[in-house]
Amino acid sequence: MTEEVHTGSIKKLIPEFIEKDPKEYSPELVELIERLTHLKILKPLIMVGLNTSGRIAGARRVFEAVTGYLKERDIDAEMAETGAIGLNSEEPVLSVQLPGRTRVLFINVAVDDVQVILDDVFHHTIPREKLLGQIRDENMDAWQDVPFLDELAFFSRQRRILLKQNGIIDPLSIDAYIAHGGYRTFLKTIRYHTLEEICVMMEESGLRGRSGSGFLTGKKWMVAQQTPAEQKYLVCNAEESDPGAFMDRALMEGNPHQLIEGICIAAYAIGATKAYIYIRSEYNDSIRKLSAAIQAARDYGILGHNIFFSGFNLSISIRKGPGAFVCGEETALIASMEGKRGMPQSKPPYPAERGFHKKPTIVNNVETLSNVPHIIANGPEWFRGIGTGDCTGTKIFSVSGRARTRGLIEIPMGTSLEVLVQEIIGGSQPGRTLKAVHIGGPYGGMLPASKLNIPVCYETFRRAGAVLGAGGILVLDEKTCVVDLVKYFMGFMKHQSCGKCIPCREGTKRMSELLDEITRKPLAEDQHDTLEKFRGLMQLEKLADVMRDTSLCGLGQLAANPLISALWHFREEFEEHIFDRHCKPNVCRELRTYYIDVELCTGCTVCAKRCPEDAIIGTERHPYFIVPDKCTGCGICKEVCKFSAVFYN
Amino acid sequence: MDRIDQILNDFRQVNRDALIPVLQAVQDEFGYLSGESLEKIGAHLRLPASKIYGLATFYSQFTFAPRGKYHIRVCNGTACHIDRSTSILKELNKQLGIVDGEATRDGMFSLEVVACMGACGQSPVIAINEDYYPKVRSSAIRGLLDDIRTKHR
Amino acid sequence: MIKIEVNKKAVSVEKGQTILSALREHGIMVPTLCSMEELTPTGACRMCVVEVEGFDNLVPACSFKVQEWMKIKTHSARVLRARKANVELLLSNHPDDCLYCERSGNCELQKLAEDLNVRNRRIQGKRTSAKIDSSSLGIVRDPDKCILCGRCVRVCEEIVGISTIDFERRGDQLKIATAMSEPLQFSSCIDCGQCVVACPTGALIDHNQFQELDTSLDDPDMIVTVQYTPEVTVSLAEAFGFRPGTDMKGIINTALRRIGFDYIFETAFGGDVFIQEQAAELIARFRRKEKMPMITSRCPALVNYVEEFRPELISFLTPVRPPHQIMGKLINKWFATKKQVPSNRIQNVLITNCTAAKYEASRPEYASDNSPDVDYVLTTRELARLIRLNGININGLDPEPADGPFNAITSAGKLLANAGGEAEATTRTVFREISKKEMQDPRITKLRGNKYLRDAVIATPKGDLRVAVVHGLKHALKVMDEISTGKSEYDLIEIMVCREGCVNGGGQPIPANVNVIRARTKTIYDIDKSESLHCAHKNNAVAKMYEEFARAPASDQSRDLFMTRFAHRKVLK
Ligand SMILES: Cc1cc2nc3c(=O)[nH]c(=O)nc-3n(C[C@H](O)[C@H](O)[C@H](O)COP(=O)(O)O)c2cc1C
Ligand code: SF4
Ligand code: SF4
Ligand code: SF4
Ligand code: FES
Repeated sequence: MTEEVHTGSIKKLIPEFIEKDPKEYSPELVELIERLTHLKILKPLIMVGLNTSGRIAGARRVFEAVTGYLKERDIDAEMAETGAIGLNSEEPVLSVQLPGRTRVLFINVAVDDVQVILDDVFHHTIPREKLLGQIRDENMDAWQDVPFLDELAFFSRQRRILLKQNGIIDPLSIDAYIAHGGYRTFLKTIRYHTLEEICVMMEESGLRGRSGSGFLTGKKWMVAQQTPAEQKYLVCNAEESDPGAFMDRALMEGNPHQLIEGICIAAYAIGATKAYIYIRSEYNDSIRKLSAAIQAARDYGILGHNIFFSGFNLSISIRKGPGAFVCGEETALIASMEGKRGMPQSKPPYPAERGFHKKPTIVNNVETLSNVPHIIANGPEWFRGIGTGDCTGTKIFSVSGRARTRGLIEIPMGTSLEVLVQEIIGGSQPGRTLKAVHIGGPYGGMLPASKLNIPVCYETFRRAGAVLGAGGILVLDEKTCVVDLVKYFMGFMKHQSCGKCIPCREGTKRMSELLDEITRKPLAEDQHDTLEKFRGLMQLEKLADVMRDTSLCGLGQLAANPLISALWHFREEFEEHIFDRHCKPNVCRELRTYYIDVELCTGCTVCAKRCPEDAIIGTERHPYFIVPDKCTGCGICKEVCKFSAVFYN
Repeated sequence: MDRIDQILNDFRQVNRDALIPVLQAVQDEFGYLSGESLEKIGAHLRLPASKIYGLATFYSQFTFAPRGKYHIRVCNGTACHIDRSTSILKELNKQLGIVDGEATRDGMFSLEVVACMGACGQSPVIAINEDYYPKVRSSAIRGLLDDIRTKHR
Repeated sequence: MIKIEVNKKAVSVEKGQTILSALREHGIMVPTLCSMEELTPTGACRMCVVEVEGFDNLVPACSFKVQEWMKIKTHSARVLRARKANVELLLSNHPDDCLYCERSGNCELQKLAEDLNVRNRRIQGKRTSAKIDSSSLGIVRDPDKCILCGRCVRVCEEIVGISTIDFERRGDQLKIATAMSEPLQFSSCIDCGQCVVACPTGALIDHNQFQELDTSLDDPDMIVTVQYTPEVTVSLAEAFGFRPGTDMKGIINTALRRIGFDYIFETAFGGDVFIQEQAAELIARFRRKEKMPMITSRCPALVNYVEEFRPELISFLTPVRPPHQIMGKLINKWFATKKQVPSNRIQNVLITNCTAAKYEASRPEYASDNSPDVDYVLTTRELARLIRLNGININGLDPEPADGPFNAITSAGKLLANAGGEAEATTRTVFREISKKEMQDPRITKLRGNKYLRDAVIATPKGDLRVAVVHGLKHALKVMDEISTGKSEYDLIEIMVCREGCVNGGGQPIPANVNVIRARTKTIYDIDKSESLHCAHKNNAVAKMYEEFARAPASDQSRDLFMTRFAHRKVLK
């Protein structure tokens, strides 16, 4: 970057930036914006996705390899990090942009690939291997024979509003955010709009809580706005404790200023001067980026006292959540912020009336708040134009499991789930068959592959027995066991329940025990046991009703969802586990019975010595036997047998 | 001045709101929380030790036992689970002779099962201190541990 | 007043109250488990759920406010199914030892199961076998029987005010624990036993010494004496289904004799000694104007509290043994000599309201010649069990007198059962000593009533005597802060850890709600009205004891016998 474009150079131009129409910008500002948005660059730009999952895949080493490469050859280039572009299974992601040319992205980049890729690109050829595509931009020269991202199946059906800049801009640069038009909306809002206006606009937009609550955001804000109090609070719920959901993290790591701006507008709209971000303490990178973003915004006067002479004050602080799933629940979250055990409280009173320190408090999800700047900038009609009926806007899904592509997908509400699963992520992995998808994490539900043709929306999902939740999608293929998955979720819930109320604490415990039983072969089983298990299973459905009906908070009310939906769609798998003691996908190890092939066994005694259950008997140098009633299916014998004589059925 | 007093000194605001941040700071410093630290924190924030203990045991971040030199975290997020993170955990249990939340006697290793590390695309994942191992297989565990042991010798 | 509809009938109720209290006012009983009067409702047990039209889920009556035109169903099939299922869940892994459980017949869980017609175990749960914590000499905790209602936690925090216990962990591992999960004995617990009274099940019980006691009673060489405190006589009746406040005076002697105790004494005698000693100490301090205000130390839980939490207040405590320990000493020394038996052949049993007295009996200060002055301490609840155990039909007993030489009693010694009674009785004697005349009306009504802090100013020729009582430790914390900082204006402060004092001690019959406690208190005051002697210094038998044995209150002899010491104790608090 040339001298004059150092950090902060846009700061003094902010008033012009917000007051004037972009067409009337001074040449100085226009040039600055072009530089910062990388529309016009003077030297090569290389960016590496250093988001958490990228790092885990080795992106930091790739980054270092690039630095080394440049240094060795004395190449003057700019390097920066980005967040996740959303192709989490294809990380690390590296992108290169040469002056005047479009940016090209490479995926699955290993350290060894760096030299090959950079050598080629600097010689103006694009290597095919590891190539993803180029970003379309009319103002730059496109590369020949390189696909545009928006032509790829993964991107073409997406509508990226919140994720637009994710993986493209440098999350640590407030200048880049501002140059892309950021903070304009907020600064205009506090000058030209009343609190009510913003609440009304939000309500008209139809934005609903993206945590899965589905509650009309504007309506909630209005309650807090109209509750008289000398202090109100806005809390951004960044707990994202639902395993399998990672969209909030991606938004925070990839574009933290978008969230900060959303928080700013929301705080203004409800009349809060203090905002908090309650974030999981494990989210180191998000915390780092948010802290940097808050500091930068403070330095620019976007946060603080009398922001740009509007008379509005706002401070944002970060609270690190010390790790409890239930703290995602808003009343538990507030308890945690107050230095208490994160146990939910009865509602009403709702936090919007009486929350943190007994003051009106709005708790909103990261994705919800990230929508806000876009809605206010483009107007509620624009937002309503995306999506369908009661479900407006887009929704981000995070896909994991046995999908061909795993990552982040943003699609308009109302898009068919089938499109998401089959077209965007390409169904299951090569050679496997798609069995089902599980949506909404540990309190979500399952849909078999044949029933995916439903539009994405809170109500349609609920009717189909699934839950939109935060938008975590887990793809299951024929090698995954539904019973095991349900057991996993129930185990998770029993551990994550706060334990306060009986139906949830005891209910999840009992259900989890029963599922354990089903996936385990008891030592001496008789017919009676089998029946008992079946009876237990029948009880579970009734128990689930009571849990839903009487639990204090959403966790207990929804905890049985995965079980109920699995029973609904895959009952035969449960029956198979109970009656045939068989797990077709071969996941429930403890159901296996091992046996020794008499032909292959040499009587070496190794297995008998290692068996923890003393289930293997025999005489030295003669074939050994496994006593089926004693065998717990741990598989150690198979591992230790040097003659591969152990098998299971 | 005691290290803990120093930390407490940084938290001028003496109300319950500060409790979790204080505990986090103390744990960052010492690696774990002790009865003595609870008492000091309690005295500073005017809270009974039982309340602090009750709070600290509620959250998974806090621990009351020192961690090993190598702290191994096994992700048991959904994606890692269906990719058999349980067998990785079992292998670690077997190799180290400890279970979740414990440390080996020699203080070398400690083990923790965590919910979703955020690398669902790379499942299953484990982390040893700050080094991540994506797409690990349970058969590779032994080698990994051996490497660390030899490196340490 | 607003209108709501309950079970299809319109009723009008006070605005702002919970559904539960509205229903109770109209005589509709909804079961509860976690809620308790005077404690913050948490809505944890979901036993009180009702159906409210327009709500998707059932609504907990205890923590939901009534709203205009709510339509409530309290006993619909849906509601009953839910309540029953929740009880079944609790029972699914509850120990099956009701037959042996102390709380059998008086257990709220048992009653709920009975009321909701739980007749078989439809949900099977894995049993747990947690270690029973019997480290404390006052109370025993059996985690397996704990249903995690949190009542003990809230009592210890909101009423006792020291928060020894809290929830530990969460979800399926949730339990009740002290800081660092220390055994109770090594925790900051002061043994007040208020949590035991609050517990709906047998998870918290007295630490009993039945077996040891049995052995002594069976031993023909052993003389087993028993003394009981005044609050025992006014509460024991409840354990047998009588109206709260019924006085078992006399009958209790008969019962104890039938059980096999050799001598039966009333602690109130020791009470009169105690009052005189305390009065003498107060007068001395009052004259010298030092270490004021004097804090009464009769409550052993308070002593525990001061020793653990506020060592700086130790010097303010009255250094006099509590009445039952005075009795223990008198029995071992005076009575034994009189009867010409060696004191090691005497076993003293105390029956009291107080779980902390169980611990207190083990203090080395309360021993003579290496043997404790009080050997066994039973609570009122345990006495009731002992009576049943011995097959005694309390209905058919005629009252009998207690034994000498301790059988002369004034109502002063009995007043010690009520919060404020000690301050009142002490003032009576102090007034006489200072002004050399009796108070015109011995009753000090300002020290009676419903307030947590009551005080009175008594004019004497030597100046005003300012006395106060504060009960429920939580409410006393501020008062103690004032003493620590030298801001207290009082001369004598009676501090009782339990609300309303010993009548509501941790060893009293369960349940002990406000009405029950009021009835007990009233009976004590009625006794004060009807007894002929109201002042400790008028007790002739006590005077005789001094004459024969301890010379006079605050004399060297009596100091040797009746004084005690306190010391700082370190615990995790
Ligand atoms: C058990 C439980 C866990 C939750 N976890 C989260 C979470 O991790 N993140 C989140 O934003 N909301 C979570 N919620 C929802 C919050 O209670 C709350 O509704 C939400 O933060 C409101 O934000 P929204 O209106 O923007 O959706 C959870 C709710 C429950 C019952
Ligand atoms: S439903 Fe579960 S998590 Fe929610 S309050 Fe009850 S016990 Fe706690
Ligand atoms: S006995 Fe008293 S101090 Fe001890 S735990 Fe119970 S209520 Fe708290
Ligand atoms: S010990 Fe008793 S009062 Fe305390 S939580 Fe358990 S059941 Fe409730
Ligand atoms: S009494 Fe209402 S929830 Fe327990």
